[in-house]
This record gives sequence, C-alpha cells and structure tokens, in this order.
Amino acid sequence: MSLIQEAQARDGGLTSRGAAARPAAWSVTEQPWAWAVAVLLLIMPIIANGFFLIEIFGTTLILGTIALSLMFLAGYGGMVSLMQLTIAGFAGYMVAVFGVSGNANISLGWPWWLATPMALVLAVLFGTLGGALAVRTEGIYTIMITLAIGAAFYYFTNQNWAIFNGHTGINTIATPHFLGIDWRMDVAFYYLTLAVAALCYFAVLYLSRAPFGLALQGVRDNPRRMAALGFNVNAHRIAAYAFAALIAGMGGVLQVWNYRQISPGSVAVERCIDILIVAVVGGITRPVGPYIGAFIFVILRTFALDFLVKVGLDGNRFRLLIGLGFLAIVFWSSDGVIGLYERWRKRGERGEARTRPGGHGHG
Amino acid sequence: MSRFIERHAIWSLIILLGVALAAWLIFAVWPPGLEEAIGRKKVFLSAVFNGITLGGLYFLVASGFTLIFGLMRNVNLAHGSLYLFGGYVGYGISSATGSWILAFIAAFIVVAVIGVLLQLLVFRRMEGQDLRQTMVTIGLSIVFADLMLWAFGGDFYQIQTPAWLIGPIQLPLMTAMKSSGEAVFLQYPLVRLVIFCGSVVIGIAMWLALNRTRVGMIVRAGVDDREILAATGVQIQLVFVLVFALGAGLAGIAGVVGGTFQSISPGEDTRFLLASLVVVIVGGMGSIPGAALGALIIGLAEQLGSVYIPTYAIVVTFLIMVLVLALRPQGLLARR
Repeated sequence: MSLIQEAQARDGGLTSRGAAARPAAWSVTEQPWAWAVAVLLLIMPIIANGFFLIEIFGTTLILGTIALSLMFLAGYGGMVSLMQLTIAGFAGYMVAVFGVSGNANISLGWPWWLATPMALVLAVLFGTLGGALAVRTEGIYTIMITLAIGAAFYYFTNQNWAIFNGHTGINTIATPHFLGIDWRMDVAFYYLTLAVAALCYFAVLYLSRAPFGLALQGVRDNPRRMAALGFNVNAHRIAAYAFAALIAGMGGVLQVWNYRQISPGSVAVERCIDILIVAVVGGITRPVGPYIGAFIFVILRTFALDFLVKVGLDGNRFRLLIGLGFLAIVFWSSDGVIGLYERWRKRGERGEARTRPGGHGHG
Repeated sequence: MSRFIERHAIWSLIILLGVALAAWLIFAVWPPGLEEAIGRKKVFLSAVFNGITLGGLYFLVASGFTLIFGLMRNVNLAHGSLYLFGGYVGYGISSATGSWILAFIAAFIVVAVIGVLLQLLVFRRMEGQDLRQTMVTIGLSIVFADLMLWAFGGDFYQIQTPAWLIGPIQLPLMTAMKSSGEAVFLQYPLVRLVIFCGSVVIGIAMWLALNRTRVGMIVRAGVDDREILAATGVQIQLVFVLVFALGAGLAGIAGVVGGTFQSISPGEDTRFLLASLVVVIVGGMGSIPGAALGALIIGLAEQLGSVYIPTYAIVVTFLIMVLVLALRPQGLLARR
C-alpha cells in the first residue's frame, strides 16, 4: 500500500506513514533463506535443462530487471512510469540498428562492444527526455503521460520503415561472441542474465541507502519540504528516470539477444502494462518484488495454456487469468505477493490476526 | 476573449494569422504553384474534413474521460474498453433490428449501466486512492479486452450505415477550376458530417448542462472541491454515479460512431484510450471545452500528418503533446 499511500499523502496532505517507511529493510542479505535462493540460482544449470533454464529462469531475470526499473521509480520516487518497457524495447531496437542483423539495409553492422554501449547511452537519453517530460506534471498524470509515450513509440515503430522496419521488425540479430564463448548458448546466456540481474538488483539496493536514494525517497514523501531544504526536486526525479532507463536498457539488450529479433509487438501497449503487472504483483516497495512478480508471470504465461485446458476451459484465456490475478492482488494486498507474505509472517509471529498498518485502506 | 488578447498579444496574432491562412487554404482556389508544391486541393480538403470529423469522434470519447477524471480524479484506463464494448453492442443491435438510431440508444444505456456498476461496486470502495483506482482500471481493461475477444473473436465489424445517410454530398467548397471555367466542388460522405454535427450538438448540450443547470453547477463545484461540496449536504455519491454513467455512456455512443466511421476490432480500445489520453493532456484535464479543442487539434494533426508525412504521422501528434507539456503543462484550456 505504501506507494498508494505515498500518492495520497502527496495529494491530500495526509501524513500517515505506511509500513514501508524503510523500504530497503527487507532485503536478501537479511533473510536466511535468501542465501538458499542465491545458491539455487547459481547452480541452476545443473538442475534445469535448456528450456527451463532460458524460457523460465532467463526470461524471469530479464523481465524482472525491466520491472525493477519501474519498481525503483515507483517505490523510491513515487512515479509510476509505464514507459519502462518502451525504453527497454528502444535499447533492443538500437542494438539491432547499430549491430549486425539479417536486415543489412538497416543495420550498421557495428561490433557488439560498440553497439551495446551506444544502445544503452541512447536508451538513457530517451528515458531522461521522457522523464523530463513526465515530471512537468505530478502524481497520477505521470501514468497518463508515460503511457502516451509508450503508445506513441509503438505506433511509430509500426509506421516507420526507415529505422524500425515497420511491423515486420528486425530479425536474426547477432549475439556477442567473446573470450571464445558464444554468449547465446544456454548456460552462458543464463549466467549473463544472472550477472546483469544481480548487478542491477544490488545497484538499486545500494542506491536506496545512498544519499541520492534517500533524497529521492524524501522527494517522494514530501516534495515541498525537500524543495524548502534546498534539494532540486525535479533534478532528482529526472536523475531517477535516467538511472531507471539504464536498468531498463540493460534488460532490453538482454531481451533482444534472447529472442534474436524485435518487432513492434515487443513494445506494444499490452507489454508496457505487463511490466506494471509484474512489478505490482511482486510488490513495488522492495527490489526483490519485481523478480518474484516476473517469476509468477512467466510461470503463468508458460503453463496457463496447459492448465486451462486441463480444467476444461479455453487455453487462450491466459490474459483473462493475468487480469483477474492482478485485480485480486490490487484489491486484497497492498504490496503484492511480498505484502501477503509479510502479513502471513507477522500473523505467525504475533500469534494473532493483526493487519499491517499499510492495509487499512481496503473497505 | 478580449482579456486573452490583451494579455497575450503575440499569441493572439499568431493564432489569428493561422486561422486566416487556414481559411484561405480552404476557400480560395489554389494557384498552380501551390498545387505543385503540396499536391491537389481536393486531397488537402478531404484530409481537413476527415480530421475535423475524426476530432468529433475523439471528442465523444475524450469528453467522458475528462468528465470522470475532473470530478472523481479517476484516470479510467478502461475507457477504451467501454468504447469498444459500446461498438459491439451497437453492432449487435443494428444487425438484429436494422435500426441505426436504436444502436445508439442501446449502446448508451448498456455502457452507462456498466459505468454505474463499476462506480458502485469498485471505485466507491477505494475513493480517494487515485493510484489504486488507476491500477484497478488497468486490470479491468485487460479483463474486458479478453472477455470481448472471447465473445466477439478477432474479426472486424462494421456497423451498417442507414440508407438515408449513404452516399456523398456536394459541399459548397471549390476544389479546382476546370479549364472551361466550371467549378469543381468537394464531394464528402454525408454520414460523417451528420455524425460530426451530432457530436457538436452533444458538446454544446453538455456545456449548457454544465453551465446553466443546477446539476451542472454541482458537478462544477465538485470538480473544484469535492470535500467542501460534500460538506454542504449534496449527495455526492449520487452525482458521482450519474457522472460516471454519462461518461461511460458517451464512450458507448462513440463506439457506435467509430463502428460506423471505421470498424471495431480488438486493439481499437487501446487506440482510443491513447487518443483520449493525448486529447485530454493537450486540452486540459477535466475541461470539456479543452477536450473539444484537443480533439480538433489531434484529429487534424493525425489526418494531415498521415496524408503529408505518412511514416511520421504519429510523431506530429506526439510533438503537439510535448509542446503543450513544455509550454502549458496543465493543458491548453485548464484553469489551474
């Protein structure tokens, strides 16, 4: 609920603080079983075969990383940006345009070590400009503007043939080879995504406790007071957009390496909203939330068809399932799956049913 | 108006020059040099008319969106779904009964009832929690989109235009002069003009209802400060339900219009949601005249853009939004 309360607190001048006063307190380093998860992730290639390794765990880590950028903006900055997938898709397109692909008339054919940083720089630029636009207005308007940016980019990629190759997109994009390893091989690619995801995760965790992150949380809670204290509110917000764009861009680069093709379908409005769903379902107050949400989302997306057919329903109703699940989470849990877990744990500790302070806004 | 001219003399001049230029482009017979430079006048006039009539459709969708937002601070991202559902209802009724008018009435009522149910069952429970309401509308739009895909499939539907509206009409606007000195006039589909007039009438009726009636006064007061309004003893929940019903019903009507103009299919909900977002951002959140102005600008930009710069048409729309956000972040006609 914290995010929503934050928004309320800003809009209505309320000062009630939610349970997530210290959002970073619940991190991997303080949970004993987190070490088990970390070890499990490291030895995953021994347990899982190619399909599970890439289609489930690799995809989860990529999706989680893109959603992490939204979590950073929403959880610490109070800005719900729906254009994070657009930034990721933009980075992916740039990798395809500057790097090597099957569409030789579009791709410039740069080596990967030049094309990737270029794509990331451009993605950060895109995110920063979009952020500068979004911070012109506040709160609820951010969603509208970022959604409009995302939708405009989707329609633009559909219309434009010179750079984005219209609705067919760009195919057979080259993936990096270095140190004698083909980094698109299952195990190598899995470790690559794991490394990037871990890097982004710990970067967000670090930043949430660094002076910049603390100032950002101050801006989220009370922009007016922060401005009075001499902080440049808009500069902090735009810097947050830039950092989130870097994370989203890395996720986008990995995604384009994973699928080896990109088309407007990858940046459609539904995909942008999927990222919000992933982040909200996982929990938007802690960096681990997006990864949990992404895992649930990927599992559902992969197995919903079989499951629905088994129950006797039409297998194509996957999005209905996702939508209803999302509605249920928004209705009953303030903070996604993490919120549910926390409530359950608190109940266990105290031995009595006690709602979290953040959960009172339900009735 | 005169205050505006006094305070923004340069802007007024620019706007006046723009209007004069547009009027000349529309009414004058183009000199040959101009025709060579930017194509035939007929193409331009058709694009302008398409833009204006599309603006009428955008206004119908966006006015409900902006009304709901203005009063309830509810960014209803399921508004596109209401539009699409209205279109499907209209298609069902018109193909079952053959009556086009009945399709409008049915679409308005059915979608308005859905709006009432949404307000009573969902949004009333989370009043004042803007962000959570928005999340719920996102979830609802996904659920609605999939339910409609389930029920109606992925096909394109077009609502049958009634016989008395089929065919073009000759407008008193010259497109060219024949060598014999005979004037060639613009032919334009009658149904689009009728629908445009309909949306203008609806717009004026809404403006009158908001500015000249007691209920309108209550709604305007609610837009300004709903807490104080509730404190004065007005049954604000009833007003909320009515406004939500009206806004949703307008989206339903717009669906029938869109189904007659173009076609309805999955994906149109997102398209019209985006259109309403941009229209409302440009025109000003919560302002009906703003929605009208924004719809006109966006409709014209889209159509003229798709004629003259086809692969970058969406960029024009987007640039207008950026420009407005940069110069007047609250929107062109918003008060705050």
